[in-house]
Amino acid sequence: MTIRIKKDKIAQGLLRTVEKMADVDLSTCFQCKKCDSGCPVSNLTGSPPSEILRRLHLGAGNELLESDLVWMCVSCETCFARCPMGIDIPSAIDALRVLAVEQRTPTPEGNMPLFNRVFLKTVKIFGRTYDLGMITAHKIGTNSYMKDADKFPVMLKKRKIALLPPRGADRKMAKRIFDSVRRNKENQK
Amino acid sequence: MKYAYYPGCASDSTARDQHTSCVAVARSLGIDLAEIAGWICCGTTPAHQTDRVLAASLPAANLVRAQKMGLDIVVTCAACYSMLKMANHEVLNHPKVREHVREVLGQDYDGSVRVRHFVEVLLEDVEIDRIRKALKHSLNGLKVACYYGCLLVRPPEVNQFDDPENPNSLDRLVTAMGGESLDWPHKVECCGGALSLTRTDVVVKLSDAVLTMARAAGADCVAVACPMCQINLDLRQRDIKKETGRDHNLPIIYITQLLGLCLGISAEELGLEKLMVSPESVVKRLTRVEELV
Repeated sequence: MTIRIKKDKIAQGLLRTVEKMADVDLSTCFQCKKCDSGCPVSNLTGSPPSEILRRLHLGAGNELLESDLVWMCVSCETCFARCPMGIDIPSAIDALRVLAVEQRTPTPEGNMPLFNRVFLKTVKIFGRTYDLGMITAHKIGTNSYMKDADKFPVMLKKRKIALLPPRGADRKMAKRIFDSVRRNKENQK
Repeated sequence: MKYAYYPGCASDSTARDQHTSCVAVARSLGIDLAEIAGWICCGTTPAHQTDRVLAASLPAANLVRAQKMGLDIVVTCAACYSMLKMANHEVLNHPKVREHVREVLGQDYDGSVRVRHFVEVLLEDVEIDRIRKALKHSLNGLKVACYYGCLLVRPPEVNQFDDPENPNSLDRLVTAMGGESLDWPHKVECCGGALSLTRTDVVVKLSDAVLTMARAAGADCVAVACPMCQINLDLRQRDIKKETGRDHNLPIIYITQLLGLCLGISAEELGLEKLMVSPESVVKRLTRVEELV
């Protein structure tokens, strides 16, 4: 893709924010592209990992948050494991995800932000994941009722999906964690 | 041999069979797994994509409990394993995160609880020789592609599990069981993991690549140690057939199920009926050890 650079933009870009959030030094990347070679989705995405780093170097701002890699990255950690400079790229991508949610960027295909939200919601309520509740909420939010519908009967029969919410977790502790993380975040702002 | 056992959320849903087979194998080999009372979800991918402190606090709450039990923590799910290890790493290397975790939990956690995957316990604590002596059946030359996926081996600095590019832990177990562990290139490729429900199209492509390579290597089945790998490679074979026409028909079986079979544990207890692709071909190959001599 075409990359346009404006000289005075770098100072206003996301580079420093991402570095601070993820505790990483992205400046040591020398574009060897080993990350792209190992990335399982690099041939499916419009912007492979090395390009995300380069665009950050060149002063990219919030427009970067709309790159499809931000939500297509599978967090497989291959790029990090193989980076000759030991750059923790997956943590940088996680930081971009947090920023994307904060900036309310357009909903990505498959709506991973919604998935994350409903997943964590069940953990907050029950202390453990409740697959049926989470999948139903995601289906309602993405209007994808028929997707995988063929698999539900057999998964229920094999008890690979539980009908009832999980029991036995320390629900108070789970709620305490979610509440104080939220408080922490608000205090920082 | 006693451990604090963390079953993980999948033990109550998609990976009930991994949980029951792990518990049965442990009992058979004299490993005492004491389940952590009141354990909570590790948060997995949605937590680390959402908030760094949340991603460290959820696992830390469980680590604190294991610490009170005075035991190493043992897990069967690779995603839980990775989250628990990462929480230790964060607390040990980032004082600020440790401080936040202390506020969130209401108590300090020093990152000192040892996190072990059940496979590590088998290899390091029980050891291959003792496992071999306990076997009642042999896999009798069954060709097994051992698949490690991502979160057991990566990031290597944090997990320190085996060789991150060419691990052989599962292979050593398969060889001890009398199976032929295959040398194949997709041991640590990704199956699509966390995208299972959101970008199924991506999962179908990645899982198809793994299965195609396993078949090309001549595999009779694929052995796994992660619920995400298992469900993607097993459940998505239908979708792969629909998309590409390729009918892999490869059983995707947990290493604890394979080991359980060789230890003479019943198919019901190992939850074999839960697998989507029938493992009948694997079960048929089992041969009593004394018949082999």
